[in-house]
Amino acid sequence: MNLLGKLTWDAIPYTQPIPMAAGALVIVVIVGIVVLIVAKGWLPYVWNEWITSVDHKRIGVMYCLLALVMLCRGFIDALMMRSQQSLAFHSAGYLPPEHYNQIFSAHGTIMIFFVAMPFMIGLINFAVPLQLGVRDVAFPTLNSVALWLTASGVLLVNLSLVVGEFSRVGWLPYPPLSELKYSPGVGVDYYCWALEISGVGTLLGGINIVTTILKMRAPGLSYTRMPMFCWTALASNLLIIAAFPILTATLAMLLLDRYLDFHFFSNEFGGNQMMFMNLIWAWGHPEVYILILPAFGVFSEVVSTFSGKPLFGYRSMIVATMAICIISFLVWLHHFFTMGAGGDVNGVFGIASMIIAVPTGVKIFNWLFTMYGGTVRFTVPMMWSIAFMVLFTIGGLTGVLLAVPPADFILHNSLFLVAHFHNVIIPGVLFAAFAGYTYWFPKAFGFTLDENWGKAAFWFWVVGFILAFAPLYIVGLEGMPRRMQTYDIPQWSPWLALAMLGALSILCGIGCMIAQLVVSIRTRDQRRDEFGDPWDGRSLEWVTPSPPPEFNFAVMPDVTGEEPYWGMKVRAREHQRVMRPVPEYEDLHMPRNSPTGFVCAFFAVMMGFSLIWHIWWLLIVGFIGAYATVVVFAWRDIHERVIPKEEVARIDLENRAARNLALQEGRI
Amino acid sequence: MTTADLPIDRDPYHIGHHGAGGHHDLSTGHGEGGPASKRIIVGYGFWIFLLSDFVMFSGFFASYAVLKDQTAGGPGPRQLFDLTDTALETAALLLSSFACGIMSLEMDRKRLWPTEIWMLITGLLGLVFVFLEVKEFAHLVLMGDGPQRSAFLTAFFTLVGCHGLHVTIGGVWLATMMAQIYFKGFRQDIQMRVLCFSLFWHALDIIWVAIFTLVYLIGVHG
Amino acid sequence: MGTMASPPRRVTNRRMAVARLLGLVSLIVIAACRRDSVFTPVGPLADNERVILLDAVAIMLAIVIPTIVATVVVAWWFRASNARAKRHPDFVYSGRVELVVWSIPTLTVLFLGGLTWISAHDLDPSVPLKSKSPPLDVQVVAMDWKWLFIYPDQGVATINQLVAPVGVPLRLHLTSATVMNTLFAPEVGSQLYTMNGMVGTMWWKVDRPGVFSGRSNMISGDGFSRMGFEIDAVSPAQFAAWTMAAHGSPLALDDAGYRRLLRQSEDVKPYAYGSVAPGLFDAVALQKLPPGAGPEEPDTLNPNVRPVRKH
Repeated sequence: MNLLGKLTWDAIPYTQPIPMAAGALVIVVIVGIVVLIVAKGWLPYVWNEWITSVDHKRIGVMYCLLALVMLCRGFIDALMMRSQQSLAFHSAGYLPPEHYNQIFSAHGTIMIFFVAMPFMIGLINFAVPLQLGVRDVAFPTLNSVALWLTASGVLLVNLSLVVGEFSRVGWLPYPPLSELKYSPGVGVDYYCWALEISGVGTLLGGINIVTTILKMRAPGLSYTRMPMFCWTALASNLLIIAAFPILTATLAMLLLDRYLDFHFFSNEFGGNQMMFMNLIWAWGHPEVYILILPAFGVFSEVVSTFSGKPLFGYRSMIVATMAICIISFLVWLHHFFTMGAGGDVNGVFGIASMIIAVPTGVKIFNWLFTMYGGTVRFTVPMMWSIAFMVLFTIGGLTGVLLAVPPADFILHNSLFLVAHFHNVIIPGVLFAAFAGYTYWFPKAFGFTLDENWGKAAFWFWVVGFILAFAPLYIVGLEGMPRRMQTYDIPQWSPWLALAMLGALSILCGIGCMIAQLVVSIRTRDQRRDEFGDPWDGRSLEWVTPSPPPEFNFAVMPDVTGEEPYWGMKVRAREHQRVMRPVPEYEDLHMPRNSPTGFVCAFFAVMMGFSLIWHIWWLLIVGFIGAYATVVVFAWRDIHERVIPKEEVARIDLENRAARNLALQEGRI
Repeated sequence: MTTADLPIDRDPYHIGHHGAGGHHDLSTGHGEGGPASKRIIVGYGFWIFLLSDFVMFSGFFASYAVLKDQTAGGPGPRQLFDLTDTALETAALLLSSFACGIMSLEMDRKRLWPTEIWMLITGLLGLVFVFLEVKEFAHLVLMGDGPQRSAFLTAFFTLVGCHGLHVTIGGVWLATMMAQIYFKGFRQDIQMRVLCFSLFWHALDIIWVAIFTLVYLIGVHG
Repeated sequence: MGTMASPPRRVTNRRMAVARLLGLVSLIVIAACRRDSVFTPVGPLADNERVILLDAVAIMLAIVIPTIVATVVVAWWFRASNARAKRHPDFVYSGRVELVVWSIPTLTVLFLGGLTWISAHDLDPSVPLKSKSPPLDVQVVAMDWKWLFIYPDQGVATINQLVAPVGVPLRLHLTSATVMNTLFAPEVGSQLYTMNGMVGTMWWKVDRPGVFSGRSNMISGDGFSRMGFEIDAVSPAQFAAWTMAAHGSPLALDDAGYRRLLRQSEDVKPYAYGSVAPGLFDAVALQKLPPGAGPEEPDTLNPNVRPVRKH
């Protein structure tokens, strides 16, 4: 028996320059970073303070970092797709189908699972416990496991660049194309195992967040006093809990088909390919709202803060959020109106899909009325939010349009559809991610991001987005399907060239964001957030110093009204000093750091890799390793470490002094 | 800024709190009394996990419902299922849960050996269940009616096998907990873990009752 | 924005420029949608679907445009530096506003919902199209990566070419020899999945002679981009003549011929079969004939070894 299973030297695509160059670049960057960390002696810091950290803020930051890195990877895929299509008129372009198909599959998979999701989950992890006024999440170590399992999925997807290949069947592996018979390579296996592993991570993270929100809130913070971001985080994570197990089950069925010749979705022996579509979209449609609901929460926070007003129609917003949460499970069939289910079924699901537009529309109006009568400050997060409101409305329009079955009969799987979902995901989720990133960055790191580079990035992104996707709407109406590697219709060509221009503008936008980060770090001493409230915020995260100490709050806030921090601030402004009485500080118990998450993820990658390449002994090693890791964690006797009250007092008193100074100088 | 003259504990959203205060419900975990105790948090989180597991099972149940008539010319439930063996399996699993319940009571009394013995009985009965299931599966495969035979058998093996896999994992978990109680004693966190285990074990009963009814009983008599 | 008021002439210029720009954009759009698009229907389906599409867009624009304008105007008017804006920092709840913000989208969706329900029934692909002439049955098999059209009553078949008599409804029976595809032609309208082991029915009708393009809209593997077909819409008389000519083709689509056809190929130029084995389509649909075997050299040990491409 071959010790390495299916793995041979031929798995490395050394004849194909693009994956080799990309893979080499990735390896050089990773090795470079590791060498730098080791050479500078940062390894203990990185290991102790980050990799093994169970602090929800650190975990949130790492999620966002992962998302930002993968955004670059996914965007390079996008650039390659745009350039291929702009060259592909009557021509094979520069990417053969077997490579091009991997690129669009990887682009979709990465952007949804490893950019949009970790970005939202990262922001939730960072901000929600702070907004709830608590010191920690419900399951801190589990949270770390969830992060690192997501990173395992990322690693597997990127490994496919240099060892083997990625899936070539699109971001959702519809059978029978994804069955072993029609996709004999390891691509679909890479896809499935990466998502199975990271999906477990997502589910564990979801359980953690839901339990945190429902069972751990500061005294007095009843449901109807929670900031909107907490509500949307709750809704989104409830959806994760209800939907992700369906994905796990569905991909497990596909894997059983591929590995053991089962017949869930096969052509022969009674398999049913329509069942795959139903199951995958029973997860897939809620997934859309898993992404967009926290985004709505970010916009709610940003619009309220930078309009200097509480959120308008708070009750309506809660109702709308939960309505979206529930209806999102009742619309999955609109993804395949063209399967021939008949007028009744299509009609019902079309109308159900439109109903979601009602609570969504209510949200848009409520943000509008939040600005009305406010004092709007055009900071970078606010600009992202306004651009969102304008562009998302158009995306919503085309979405409702696609929910009309006869319109879908001519637009299904066309580039119009592609333009539509980019039109909701980019202004919706990605702009929210950028807004949240800019908004909470000073809280996380203690200094603000550069405004000018931020605004430049904003304009490049917005213009680039319009240039890239408006043409796709048009070619979609002209009948161009998605995923074309080559085509021979001359009138599509100029539009695809224009879309390429849009992609280049977005490239400039990403360049500006990198520049913004570099410039901001270099000038951080001039842009310190000295007292912890740079934006004149309204919710409890702004009570803490920036960056907040590990324990978040020296004393747990006692909430006696809506917008508790705003209440404190108003009183403090009147008296020009912090009005909370200095408490009796106590020793605090915080969970100890643990490498469990990182080590588990290591074994998860080992198991995933060995399953993909059929290296069965390595699978057993990985399983035993993962089990042993969990047992070692369970065997530990000391779970918490004590932060002495002197340390707590020092941090809190320092922040009080800074706030008092700022209050006297009128800076708060 | 112009908002400094606002009352502080106002009720801007007209929700009915009307001003200051707001500590109506001081019990923990209901949002107004502060964070809940660790015991409640752990139990609550595990319940949510169990719910998500039920969702996963419902995916396999759905696939069984869709594929149960797709026998591809092969045998169907009537020809394959033997209710005697399945009844034995059911008895073993339910008795195992009963033993698990007694184990929890003994654990509350912090009596080491009774707890360990009832854990062992729980595990052995679970093992009997797994053994009977493996026997059934092996029999089917040897007769040529393995999961590759038809979509019906694919769905059957996956649904029932997934439950069997859960029972097996539960057994490994149980063994680990036996060792932990032996070496570490009745520490609070360990007791919470055993509590979660018993929730898991009872949840598997619920799944099995559904399988027994929907797959076996209706399959043979329906 | 400069602090000095601009001279009036420049304002006019700017307005002129905006008007010119708008005109230019609309010209481009109209020019772009000249041909081969859902806006140039050649049959009743695409025509009706286009009307539904435009109606729905119009209904929604009535609410979307004011919303967008209001967003920009409100944000700009209430900017921090605008001394003339009246601030209402306490305006966070209003029953009337709530009523309005819930009812506007609800009414829009009610209206659109009616449109949806009616049109989903009227324009369902399986609804027979009325016509004076009796329908023409065509059996469609999606293959890796080409389209097989069988004319059961005429006893001929074509690859990548659908010859359609103008004004005659086509009753299409769709299945797939391998993976999922959709049958779609933008100018004809309507689209349906083709699946192995299943038969879907879709009605098409072409009212104008000409050559139109059709393709699959569902990724079906490496040859997906090169599995387009052409629709030759001809007069009934020409269709009869074409059938006669097709009968002259020496190629026969029998069991063996079909199995040869199952092998993966792409960018296949249209050709006709002079005869078709009776019941061939049913044999495919009922899986009496095996589905396509996928890549010819499924070398799982060497994933980078691909089947040789044929052009």
